[in-house]
Amino acid sequence: MAVRAQFENNNEVGVFAMLTNSYCLVAVGGSENFYSVFEAELKDVIPIIHTSIAGTRIIGRLCVGNRHGLLVPSTTTDQELQHLRNSLPDSVAIQRVEERLSALGNVIACNDYVALVHPDLDRETEEIVADVLKVEVFRQTIADNVLVGSYCALSNQGGLVHPRTSIQDQDELSSLLQVPLVAGTVNRGSDVIGAGLLVNDWCAFAGLDTTSTELSVIESIFKLQDNGPNAIVEDMRDSLVDSMV
Amino acid sequence: MEYRPELTTQQILCCSCGTTIPPNPTNMCINCIRNQVDITEGIPKHATICFCRNCERYLQPPMLWVACQLESRELLALCLKKLKGLNKVRLVDAGFIWTEPHSKRIKLKLTIQKEVFTSTILQQIFEVEFVISHQQCDDCAKVMAQNTWKAMVQVRQKVDHKRTFLYLEQLIIKHSAHKDTINIKECKDGLDFYYASRSHALKMVEFLSAITPLKSKASEQLISTDIHSGTSNYKFSYSIELVPICKDDLLCLPSKIAKSLGNINPLVICYRIGNSVHAMDVNTLAVAEISTQTYWRTPFQALASVKQLTEYYVLDVEPCGPVRGKYVLADIQVAKAQDVGRNDTTFFARSHLGGILNPGDSVMGYDVGSSNFNNDAFDSLHRGSLPDVILIKKAYPSHRKRNKGRNWELRQLNKEEEDMAPRKQDKERIEQDYEMFLRDLEEDAELRSTVNLYKTDKPKKEDDLVMVEDSESDYEDEDFPEIQLDELLDNLKLDDGPDNEYDSAQDGDDMMMD
Repeated sequence: MAVRAQFENNNEVGVFAMLTNSYCLVAVGGSENFYSVFEAELKDVIPIIHTSIAGTRIIGRLCVGNRHGLLVPSTTTDQELQHLRNSLPDSVAIQRVEERLSALGNVIACNDYVALVHPDLDRETEEIVADVLKVEVFRQTIADNVLVGSYCALSNQGGLVHPRTSIQDQDELSSLLQVPLVAGTVNRGSDVIGAGLLVNDWCAFAGLDTTSTELSVIESIFKLQDNGPNAIVEDMRDSLVDSMV
Repeated sequence: MEYRPELTTQQILCCSCGTTIPPNPTNMCINCIRNQVDITEGIPKHATICFCRNCERYLQPPMLWVACQLESRELLALCLKKLKGLNKVRLVDAGFIWTEPHSKRIKLKLTIQKEVFTSTILQQIFEVEFVISHQQCDDCAKVMAQNTWKAMVQVRQKVDHKRTFLYLEQLIIKHSAHKDTINIKECKDGLDFYYASRSHALKMVEFLSAITPLKSKASEQLISTDIHSGTSNYKFSYSIELVPICKDDLLCLPSKIAKSLGNINPLVICYRIGNSVHAMDVNTLAVAEISTQTYWRTPFQALASVKQLTEYYVLDVEPCGPVRGKYVLADIQVAKAQDVGRNDTTFFARSHLGGILNPGDSVMGYDVGSSNFNNDAFDSLHRGSLPDVILIKKAYPSHRKRNKGRNWELRQLNKEEEDMAPRKQDKERIEQDYEMFLRDLEEDAELRSTVNLYKTDKPKKEDDLVMVEDSESDYEDEDFPEIQLDELLDNLKLDDGPDNEYDSAQDGDDMMMD
């Protein structure tokens, strides 16, 4: 299920929120409209956490995470870290990262198994990413952009990359990630995919300007048509039953 | 050697219509961009251009009228200036689309570029249609409209010839006094000058009063008045009457004037017209100056004018002694030219022309003895003391016969003729007057120096040249005041007929150079 949303008249929803399969972070806004969009979709499934990172609202760009963990930049205050720790499920590890490239959301893109990182990222950070998020880490660029987090959106089902990504690059990334990829846009032609789109395995949130063409591309590549978290469970059960029989 | 994979860009879906396109900065197909933004927005597709049919010029706002050909660079510039929004886009190309010349339409094909989104430049070609509307330009309106003048100067001289006005015309041209006139109209006994402002007319009046004796009268007519603002609109007329006395006229002064001028002999000739009338008694070489005020207190007519001159043949010249400037008093024996060979009637005339006359010359003079003048002042003179002949000026009949072509010419003012076309005999009279004036110029170096003569490019006839060569041996021609080449000005030929302001400006330049 793909939904359009807007944060205080801004279409870049990926800047003001972060979505994984096990939790969702939402920036503290002037009104609760943005929050209620997430609430309508995710309530009773995963925790939706109101938070700020380092006192700012651009949480989607500052932190990165997946089902297993959450990395926050060194500028995060103790209070915020405590709040996150209290709100996140116990299974999710949280770690503060001392990294020069502190906008972790921009420099790291990941799903639950693989992470693409900025080529200049510290080796220690890379190790932390591998340990906390339990992923394989690859230093990559997307369409010659080093900000891999900004120019792609990944889930365990598929990925959307910058429209100028060449076919060769896309094949390479696809083989690293082991998911199908497609080049596309959000927000009526914007190529900053990571900022305009939030996605996990069963739902996606795109900016309000996103056209129906873009939304259909998103739904098909992230396999969101038969919506709902239980669709995955049923899918899994079917395959299990098949293998049992 | 480094391996460089060949990168193939892939196709993406246009974000609004879903067609596959190569990625571009907007990630939208061209049609969708066109649908979304119109870069020609704000540029008018229709405009109006004003054209003056009379002088075939286009209006370049706010006030300038420029002449330009269809499909010319100038017209393109003028059209593009009409389009308001063009400064917001980049004009890449502009050209005309052919239209019928009489269709009153001009079509332009413009190619413009504009940045629509960040780093997306859209180029578009479109047409603009201009409608030509006819509008009379100010210059033409001034010429066409009868009642645009604010002030008028009417110059009149009540004599039966045009000499004065021909000379006046040349003076006006020389001093560019006609620069501000809207219109010059020729009418009976004179000229009318029309002006757009009163000060121009006053300038003309002052110019005329500086060069010739005259009487002027100003009058005004109220056209409209605004009682709220207290402003009124008047038309001013200046009526100028020139003294009806010309150079070489025979005058009989009223006794009152004659007495006041040092008791001069009343029968005098006018030998010069300057700011006042200069008279001379040919018997004594006494001169008198009749000022304008004196004249208009007791106006009188000339006794005889150049039309009445008869030709005489000089038989003998005997200087008497007194000399005044170039004038030498002499007793001259003459015979009427038409009498030579028929009878032996001769006359003795005391004359001021002793210095230039030789036996055998021709001379023009007034036949006082046999003329019948109808003049009170003349009738009161003692008959016995009157001379038979009063000689006025030397004539060059033989030179005239031989030398017909002139190597010089005069400019003329662009005058509007009288409503009625002149009759045939009038036309002849006018031509004769003009010829007489040209002769006067040829024979009088002093007169000539006050006007502008121009070289003519008409070649002289071959046989004329031969004649001139023949005549070089003839002693008679030696004293003919030939016009030297350096007296002539180069003639500036202008193609356009009407004497518009540019034309007269050019005239002015010409004069300043000289």
